[in-house]
Amino acid sequence: MRGKRLQRRTAWVPAEVYPPSFRGERKEKKIVLGHGAGGMKMHRLIERVFLKYFGNPLLERLEDGAILNFNPGGGELCFTTDSYVVKPLFFPGGDIGKLAVCGTVNDLAVLGAVPGYLSLSFILGAGLEMAVLERICATIARMKEKAGVEIVTGDTKVIEGAGGEVYINTTGIGVRRPGTKLGAELIRAGDMIVINGGIGEHEAAIAISRGADSGGYRLKSGLKSDCAALHRMIQAVLECGGVRVIRDPTRGGLATTLNEWCRFSELGLLIAEERLLVSRAVQGVADLLGLDPLYMANEGKVVMVVAPERAETIVKTMQRFAEGRKARVIGEVVREPKGVWLKTRLGSLRRLLMLEGEQLPRIC
Amino acid sequence: MRSSARIGAQELRQALALVNEKVEEVCRKRPDVNLMEVCGTHTMAIGSFGLRSALHPRLRLRSGPGCPVCVTTQSEIDRAIRLAFFKGVTVVTFGDMMRVPGAAGSLAEAQAEGADVRVVYSPRDGLEMAQQAPGQEFVFLGVGFETTAPAVAATVVEAKARRVKNFSVLPMFKLIPPALAVIASSRRINVDGFILPGHVSTIIGARPYRFLVTRYRLPCCITGFEAGDILAGIFILLEQIARGVPAVAIQYRRSVRQEGNPMAKRLMARVFKKVDAEWRGIGRIRASGLRFKKGYESFDASRRFGLPVLKGKGKPSACRCGEVMLGLILPPECRLFGRSCTPAQPVGPCMVSSEGACAAYYKYER
Repeated sequence: MRGKRLQRRTAWVPAEVYPPSFRGERKEKKIVLGHGAGGMKMHRLIERVFLKYFGNPLLERLEDGAILNFNPGGGELCFTTDSYVVKPLFFPGGDIGKLAVCGTVNDLAVLGAVPGYLSLSFILGAGLEMAVLERICATIARMKEKAGVEIVTGDTKVIEGAGGEVYINTTGIGVRRPGTKLGAELIRAGDMIVINGGIGEHEAAIAISRGADSGGYRLKSGLKSDCAALHRMIQAVLECGGVRVIRDPTRGGLATTLNEWCRFSELGLLIAEERLLVSRAVQGVADLLGLDPLYMANEGKVVMVVAPERAETIVKTMQRFAEGRKARVIGEVVREPKGVWLKTRLGSLRRLLMLEGEQLPRIC
Repeated sequence: MRSSARIGAQELRQALALVNEKVEEVCRKRPDVNLMEVCGTHTMAIGSFGLRSALHPRLRLRSGPGCPVCVTTQSEIDRAIRLAFFKGVTVVTFGDMMRVPGAAGSLAEAQAEGADVRVVYSPRDGLEMAQQAPGQEFVFLGVGFETTAPAVAATVVEAKARRVKNFSVLPMFKLIPPALAVIASSRRINVDGFILPGHVSTIIGARPYRFLVTRYRLPCCITGFEAGDILAGIFILLEQIARGVPAVAIQYRRSVRQEGNPMAKRLMARVFKKVDAEWRGIGRIRASGLRFKKGYESFDASRRFGLPVLKGKGKPSACRCGEVMLGLILPPECRLFGRSCTPAQPVGPCMVSSEGACAAYYKYER
């Protein structure tokens, strides 16, 4: 009712009096504090953007939460959450929306679960372009479709002061087959370490697009983030049997993940530098910025320890998937030396320790 | 950069075997060979390739003073931190500097306390920031050697041309050859040859090192950063030692020319003049630092903000970074190493910088 009256009144006023954004039909171009205030503005945002992209019967009820009518069928319920604060929002190979879906899906996948439902919460900085939000939502819609998950509940907050920033939290629920056993305690000497491709691609792509944003350097690299949902490949691998433990080497990279496995173990993990795949572009970025690909984040990689007799089958299975085309064995579990070690191309051993803080870009 | 000269694992192992044979040969006439890798990037590269443990035990690689963060004095850090707390001032810096401890804390801690400190990859980022926020003062921390000084010089020339009034630089630059002169002339120091820095030499060329050969008869080789480069560099040095004919060799030919980079050298000469400088852990070295020349003095942040030269408190410490940087001891010989001094809680600068000898040893050689 009120909306209609407003519209009629604008018709009486000469159009030039209002700035362009107020003329005619009021199309909202930017996020303002009101979009998080719970009133009409927020409801319009939900209807025009969120329901448009993620609409499904559970979400459309617009209640405070979702009632999941599902029966795990004796399976174990898996539950995870993650927040996404990446800058820049868009980077070669993806954006924050793609990360928000794939990251949480992968966290469920490495537990051995088939992901089913996601929650999606936005924290938006006032001043964010509506078009940017729509672009991110479109990616999320595409990715959830591809991954076969539904977004069933969500939340939006708008904060002031932040110049158009976007933070996303997603929580995921999935189910895994009863009796699935995965864990670092299952690792045995002689086991093989397998990964589904090259390392460091996500962090290298982010680093490059950060530099391009600030005008500091513009590199043509063809570099892309490896961001991808991995649950289908992981499910196929679990079918093969012999999988001891799975992890996605995100923050802190491969070396950090291996160290997490080794922390409370009496065994050693020995990686062969020759077997590792580091693309020339990633190595170039790493050298330029003084980073080590072994410690650089991945978003579409999964590393696992598998029984030696299953290793070949598992690698072949992974290679059937686009995300696993370059899958390979990169090392083995040994009794001595303890800890995580890299056998360098020179044949010497180099200890791979946990990173102390963050990797800082260096001077020269 | 490094990746352009990758060679296969097999060739690398052959090269390693050749080098170790050569060490054997040289050591028939002497107890051991001590080579100094001057540059921090070499220290890191040697660590990451696992070279130290693969090389013949009688060949020792000692780290030199070529880590820019490590040789920045505590009082210089304190000045930068003081600046960061000035109202309306943003300190812009390379990432390495963030965690270096000053008398009261580091830039990272100052940032957590509300000081405006931003990490950039290039001094030009600082200039861009300054142009976008004309009301705010932006100070770039001018840390580094001949490698970074030309980029800062170029930025200052550009700032002058664009009449940017809110950008300045806190100059803390150091020059490599004067530091090498100190090392070569000291009696305490035991160095049989220098693995000279590739990046610095790309700018200054080979000539500034001539005195190491003519005056001190020390073998020198300007070396690249790939495993193959470093092995080749070491081999060239061993060859010079074996024949007793020192020279300034250039192994890193794909980047370094005899005369260096004339354009970069001109830029530096246009903007900077040489002054005496204080090196952390080493002391004062003649004509080893850079200050702005007449005409560019207004870009000197210490003048613009009237920063006093802070006297170090001289906190008594068992930290032996100075001796590490002169090649007198290896990091594990310091009592603090790995105990009270770790990358998470660094006492000395060599543990902070990713290129510091102690950090490299902590990361790769423990």
